[in-house]
Order: sequence, then C-alpha cells, then structure tokens
Amino acid sequence: MINRIDQLFREKDREILSIYITAGYPELHDTGKVLKALQESGADMVEIGIPFSDPLADGPVIQRSSQLALQNGMTLDLLFNQLKEIRESVSIPLVMMGYLNPILQMGMERFLTRCRDTGIDGVIIPDLPPAEYETRYLDLFLSYGIYNSLLITPHTDDKRIARIAALSEGFLYLVAAASTTGARNSVGDQQRNYFQRLKEMNLPVPGLIGFGISNRPTFLTACEYASGAIIGSAFIEALGERNALTLEERVKSFMGEIRGNALT
Amino acid sequence: MGFEVDAGGFYGEYGGAYIPEMLYPNIRELEENYMKIVQSDSFQSKFRLLLRDYAGRPTPLFRAERLSAHFGTQIFLKREDLNHTGAHKINNTIGQILMAGQLNKKRIIAETGAGQHGVATATVCALTGMECIIYMGALDMERQAPNVKKMLMLGAEVRPVHSGNKTLKDATNEAIRDWINHPVDTHYIIGSVVGPHPYPDMVTRFQSVISEEIRIQLMEKTGRDYPDYLVACVGGGSNAAGAYYHYLENEGVKLISAEAAGLGVDSGFTAATSLLGRPGIIHGSRTLLMQDADGQIEEPYSISAGLDYPGVGPLHAWLAESGRATVFAITDDEALQAAMLCTRKEGIIPALETAHALAALEKISPGAEDVVVVNLSGRGDKDMETYIEKLEI
Repeated sequence: MINRIDQLFREKDREILSIYITAGYPELHDTGKVLKALQESGADMVEIGIPFSDPLADGPVIQRSSQLALQNGMTLDLLFNQLKEIRESVSIPLVMMGYLNPILQMGMERFLTRCRDTGIDGVIIPDLPPAEYETRYLDLFLSYGIYNSLLITPHTDDKRIARIAALSEGFLYLVAAASTTGARNSVGDQQRNYFQRLKEMNLPVPGLIGFGISNRPTFLTACEYASGAIIGSAFIEALGERNALTLEERVKSFMGEIRGNALT
Repeated sequence: MGFEVDAGGFYGEYGGAYIPEMLYPNIRELEENYMKIVQSDSFQSKFRLLLRDYAGRPTPLFRAERLSAHFGTQIFLKREDLNHTGAHKINNTIGQILMAGQLNKKRIIAETGAGQHGVATATVCALTGMECIIYMGALDMERQAPNVKKMLMLGAEVRPVHSGNKTLKDATNEAIRDWINHPVDTHYIIGSVVGPHPYPDMVTRFQSVISEEIRIQLMEKTGRDYPDYLVACVGGGSNAAGAYYHYLENEGVKLISAEAAGLGVDSGFTAATSLLGRPGIIHGSRTLLMQDADGQIEEPYSISAGLDYPGVGPLHAWLAESGRATVFAITDDEALQAAMLCTRKEGIIPALETAHALAALEKISPGAEDVVVVNLSGRGDKDMETYIEKLEI
C-alpha cells in the first residue's frame, strides 16, 4: 500500500495545510474528535504531538498545551489506544511528532510497530540527530514503512541540507526561522532568500514550512516557496480559547480563516 | 577501560548531542573550536592568570587533623570553598567566558538553580563587560533571593522561568530555548558537566585544574601524588569531574560519589539519579535519568539546591555503570550532621552540597594509613538559613 503522505503529495502539490495538535489537549479524550474535525474542515495532514515534560524546541503555547495534556493523564501508550480505531473515520495522513525520550522508553521498535498497526504514516522527532537516525534506526523505519521527516533551518548549510533531505521520506520540515515554535515572525527578506535557495536546490522530497506560520497571509507566503505549511501554536491557541463554540466549531472556524473561506 | 570522551561525544553509552536541528550550528561551532582554543597557549596563559589572580588558585589542600582522628584515617580537604564566589563554579565560568570571547560572542546566557552558577557567570560577565542573562526558576528565585540580588548587583538580568516546575531543569530548558532564538551572537555557559557534547568534556577540562593541583599538593604532603579515596558530591557532577579527572585511569584511586537521597532513596523525594535513574535523554545528553514509565522527566528533591537535578553528567553515568566510581546516596539528615561535624571539628562551614560528600566518609572504611581526599566544593554561607532552621542553631 502506498504511504498516505506520498499519496497526498501526488494528488496535490500546493497549499498543503498540515496542522499540529497536542494529543490529550484541551481534554484527555479530545484527540480523535479534533482529528475528525480537522479532516472535515480541510486539513491535508495532521501532526499528532506526543506531550513531553521538557519540550526544548517549543515556545510557551505548545509548552503549556503539553503540560496540560500530561496533567490530563496523556501517555504515549494511551495515545495509541485512543487512536486504535481512528482509521475507520480518518483517511488523511497522520504523523506522530514527539521528543525522543518517551519514544525510547517505549522502545523504538515497539513504537514503530504500534505506529504501523494504528495507521500512522510518518514521524517527526526533532531531537533525534540525523547521523544517529541513519546509523541506528533508518533500516528499522524502512522495514516498517514509517516515514521520518527531518528538520532543516535557515542556518543549515547546503551540504547538510542535501544530506538531511536525502534521509527524509515523505516531506522535509523547513523550519522558517531560528526560533522555538510559536514565535510570531512575519516572513522577512532573509527567510525569502532561504526559501528561494531551497527551491533552487531541487530537493528530492517536497518541503513543508513550519514555525511562525499563524494566519492566512503567512500561510500563503509560505506556499509561494514550498508545497505547503504547518501550523501549530496558532491552532493550539484557537483550540484553547474560552468561548461559547464547541470544539468542532473552533476547528472549523480556524480552518476557514486559513483557507480563506471563513463564514462571516 | 577508557573514560575520556570519544569522537562522537560519548562516554560508553552515555553522552552525545540529542539536539534539535535549530541548535546544530551553535553546537557544531563549539565542537569544532573548543579543543583548539583550550589547547592554545594564548588561551591557557589568560586562563591560568585569571585562575591565580582572580579566582585565588591554587586552592589549599588542607590536612584535617581532627576529622582524621574522628574517622581513624588521613583526611585532606581540597578547599574549593576558598575560590572567589565561594565554590568551584568560577573555574568553569572563567574558562567559558574566555571561550566566548574567542568565538566573538557578545551575549551570555546561563541557567542557575541555587544561584551559585548564576553568580559565578554574572561575575565573569562583569569582569569582561559582557551582556549577561540568567534564567532561574521562579520558585528558586523565591528560595534564593540573596543570590538573585547578587546577580542584579553584578549587572546581570535575571529572567524568571515559569514553565514546568519552575526550578533548575526548567531554567535549563529556557536557556536552551533562548540559544535556539539567538544562534549567532550568544554563548551559553552551562554550569555543570551536562548538556550536549562538547559541554560535558569542556566543563570537565576547565574543572580539571582541581585534580591537577591535588596531584602536586599530595606529592608535597604525602610523597605520593594520588589518594586511596577521592570523595566528591554529584548533582550534575562538575566538581567531582574536576576532582577525578587526572585519576580516572588510575585504578588505585577509589572514586566515591555522593548523591542526594533527599528524604530517602525510596521516599519519592530524592535526587539519587545513578541509583534510581534509567538511561534517557535530558538537555541533549543521554544519561541516567529520573523518569516515569512514559519517559516523562521527574522532579527531583534534595535539601541542597545544587544536587537537585534529575539527571547526572554522562561521565558520571558511565563511571557508575562501569563500576569505576562507587555511588552512595546521602539523605538530607546525614548531610546536615556531616556539615555540623566538619564545622565543629575543622572550623569550616561547608555548602550543603559538599556536606553530602563529607557524609560519605561514614560509608567507607579507609585504613589508618590510607589517604582520603574530600573535594570541599563550596562554602556554606548561602545555606545558613537552612542550617539555622534544621540544626536549630
């Protein structure tokens, strides 16, 4: 069976919108509901964040959502149990995103087994170094058919970009700026130059731009340079807003704004 | 068995650099340059001069007669408490501020728990005119108010950290996040032998002046340049790494590490990392780590803020696992009693961290002729409030 991530990029090569969620947030059992609502309102892919006590690369919004999710009782084991039947209702690609330590405690092979059995298509592990992935885990990932998307940043040199792109399957995660998640940068000249440079490198996998993409204008700018973009903190904030809307309505309203078809 | 770091930054299975790509250029720059810089003559002459004229080195090796009589052996105290700012921490911050200068950095960040490393960092920043930002858990800022004032007086900005449990672990996370956001102009002065490679090795090298001096001083005092027992406390483990360094390959020296058991190893309120930890990743390093079954990092507890860390430097994880070092877990009460004993027998009020090392003397049985060196890593001024309360002074 073809990996759903490949399927997505085969069918669509622009304005791909991937949304990051924190599993177990805002409530412990919201994960499945949010996934379904995202699919219904036009998300092309979802990154399911595995909450961690010490999320080094994340800004305050995702830190807080992770902490709340852990307080709610979320664990990696519980997450897989929650997602057991997710493929009966959700068909878009699903990617697990999390820090290395909880995955190592489960055991990489067991983690990949459960990903495969659950219908997870790929993973993003920001603190797993490319060299260690290559020597220790690449063959395992290949044998399970789980894709690993690695990160590059504006400070990654060309040679390393080529190497990381060659190791990435499905898509390459293009970090927009030297920052943690949720920093509200507009897309400046320096970033445009970086994105342009990447475009000219003709990398072997499509790229999705993440970090600092928070609204329709930044989403559209990112889409000029890559196949699409990833939104995390802005979505988490919208989910956590205190208002009269149901969870599903909040998802729909946020997605409408990004897609530019908001109902007024 | 080798105890030097390998080319990949590992001690056995421990160490490495488990960092997100955003930090790669920062770490790479340091890794490519630190050995060249540390080994250069110009760096060494500046470093040595500041250690001597600014920090006050060499620190004495003191023959503790009354403690020796009490324990029936020969005890020497390596007086790191006599350093400027009151502990061994300054050895590292002097080394790293010179390193930052060589790398043309304009801005210094650091984490601190009890405030000792924060003060040592703010001190060298004042000395060199460098911008200084210290991350400190909001809870620790309350508990260690005098050190916060010292840092402010020294010109540092102290940023309270409200994430997580608002202590050292979270302050370290926040300093790393700052570094991610300032990849070009900033140097991060980590305070212990923790963090991604090359930090554990670099900090160990700066602290290794301790064992270098012990060798010379023991030769003068005993006619032999190594002790039978070498005792130090371990939180992250920088004073122990420095005291052990020149003896790592000398199996004639028994290395004794004292960790904080808090209220007891099995009490749930402890920082006995080597005994309770399982391999895991914290702050970019694979090491022994206190964590739950799901891999979430647990909050440690110790009466001593400097030992209150859920991990341990990767060198120490390897020393413990390989059996090169013997680790004892010392409870709060044992440490308090040892602090009192040292104070009354030698007239030296040790830091609470150091008191754990002194308490380990009760756990070993050296012979009358054996030479025991205890690294007296810091002085107890900062802990007076705790001593007054707990020892009912």
